[in-house]
Amino acid sequence: MMSLWEYANPVKFLRLSSKVMPWAWGVGVSCLVIGLVWGFFFTPDDYRMGSTVKIIYLHVPSALMAINAWFMMLVASLIWLIRRHHVSALAAKAAAPVGIAMTLIALITGAIWGQPMWGTWWVWDPRLTSFLILFLFYLGYLALWAGIGNPDTAADLTSILCIVGSVFAVLSRYAVNFWSQGLHQGASLSLDKEENVADVFYQPLLFSIAGFVLLFFALVLLGTRSEIQLRRARALSLRGHTK
Amino acid sequence: MMPELGKYALSVLSAYGATALILSALVIYVLRRSAVAKAALAAQESSEDG
Amino acid sequence: MSALLVRDLKLAIRAGGGFGLALAFFLIVIVLVPLGVGPEMDILSKIASGVLWLGALLACLLSLDRIFALDHEDGTLDLLVTSPLPLEAVIMTKALAHWITTGLPLVVVAPLVAVLLGLPSNGYVWLAISLLLGSPALSLIGTFGAALTLGLKRGGLLLSVLVLPLYIPTMIFGSEVARRGIEGAGVQTPLLLLAGISFGTVAVLPFASSAVLRINLR
Repeated sequence: MMSLWEYANPVKFLRLSSKVMPWAWGVGVSCLVIGLVWGFFFTPDDYRMGSTVKIIYLHVPSALMAINAWFMMLVASLIWLIRRHHVSALAAKAAAPVGIAMTLIALITGAIWGQPMWGTWWVWDPRLTSFLILFLFYLGYLALWAGIGNPDTAADLTSILCIVGSVFAVLSRYAVNFWSQGLHQGASLSLDKEENVADVFYQPLLFSIAGFVLLFFALVLLGTRSEIQLRRARALSLRGHTK
Repeated sequence: MMPELGKYALSVLSAYGATALILSALVIYVLRRSAVAKAALAAQESSEDG
Repeated sequence: MSALLVRDLKLAIRAGGGFGLALAFFLIVIVLVPLGVGPEMDILSKIASGVLWLGALLACLLSLDRIFALDHEDGTLDLLVTSPLPLEAVIMTKALAHWITTGLPLVVVAPLVAVLLGLPSNGYVWLAISLLLGSPALSLIGTFGAALTLGLKRGGLLLSVLVLPLYIPTMIFGSEVARRGIEGAGVQTPLLLLAGISFGTVAVLPFASSAVLRINLR
């Protein structure tokens, strides 16, 4: 039953990814180490936030990747539904655990940062709330993957869920903005990060972001490889049984 | 060598600690899944040959 | 289509069909809230509109897995898929039947139960209106979730994990209508957005649900 087309692309992917992956790991980890060491040891304290400003090197990159991972899943799901590239569906699956971990890091470092700055671990601020909601969407997506036995059905259904979920996630983002405004007009605790960051903090932050991006890339590549190998093993065992 | 973190030392360190914990859990999960996949594929391919 | 609707309604109202159970569940949730929060009426009346929306949400959720499960078990669903009726129409009918047996009764009952929570008197109208406008979206989103989890053994729990995040925008705008109505603030924006969500789901989600159903039945 297996067509050549179904076979060839994953093989090509495996070959290419085995070449790219060491670079992604190497450069990613070095960027992360440079960014974090630089940020942690060699930057001054912020006049307003004191040493807590060092959390920025974890919080901003992870928050960025939390959203980008979902976006990548959305694109991969669309490619799967339209072009039926297996690698695409499996890449979406591989990205989800990384994305949920990033969301968790963003939430936890945010809470740890918020405690000394705002005097509370948690506020129902639009930004915080929408990240918590994003976390729930990741949970649903992962649960659906885990719940369905047939891998092709699972790929189809999770892709559709990802697309529908994206629409509702965006809706939730706007709804939450609206809802929190309803509680306290304009008075928001959220820091406007982009405007606050001075150059001293910005440069190590760039390294850290690059590190997180490449680490995400490497992890998704490795995860996708594992999924391909698992599917291949499954296909072989099914063929073995029918013989 | 340790920079002066002042009164926020606990916050900063716990943020770094929590991140390290989650990231390493993630990396371990992905690596272990990769090992499982490799082993499963190897087992199938060897039974295919034999 | 109308024959299917009538059949679904009859099945739902018949004993064990789940009609009434959702209402009973709703009532119990509402009774449990003061028992958990405490009997102070001023606190209760403040959270009443949100609690009623939440209760409606959960009651809706409870009856979702029945939308397709029974028809799937006895093979009716396969017949419906191959019937000349477009699958989207089948799904609309199913969602409509779910709304008539769950959403509509909740719209009627919620203002009555609201007395228990001391909902401010100007809130009743807005609560009813917001539920009336929002509950079709709940049924349609729920139908999508039910289609996704069709045929799964532990589908019920998974269904809640999938559907509840999708309910977030509807609930926010719905309870916002009620809250603003009570405070006397302008309700036009959330009301329009709530209507937008409902009509949007009517227009788009049946297509997603039928795609999901086809995948699940192939």
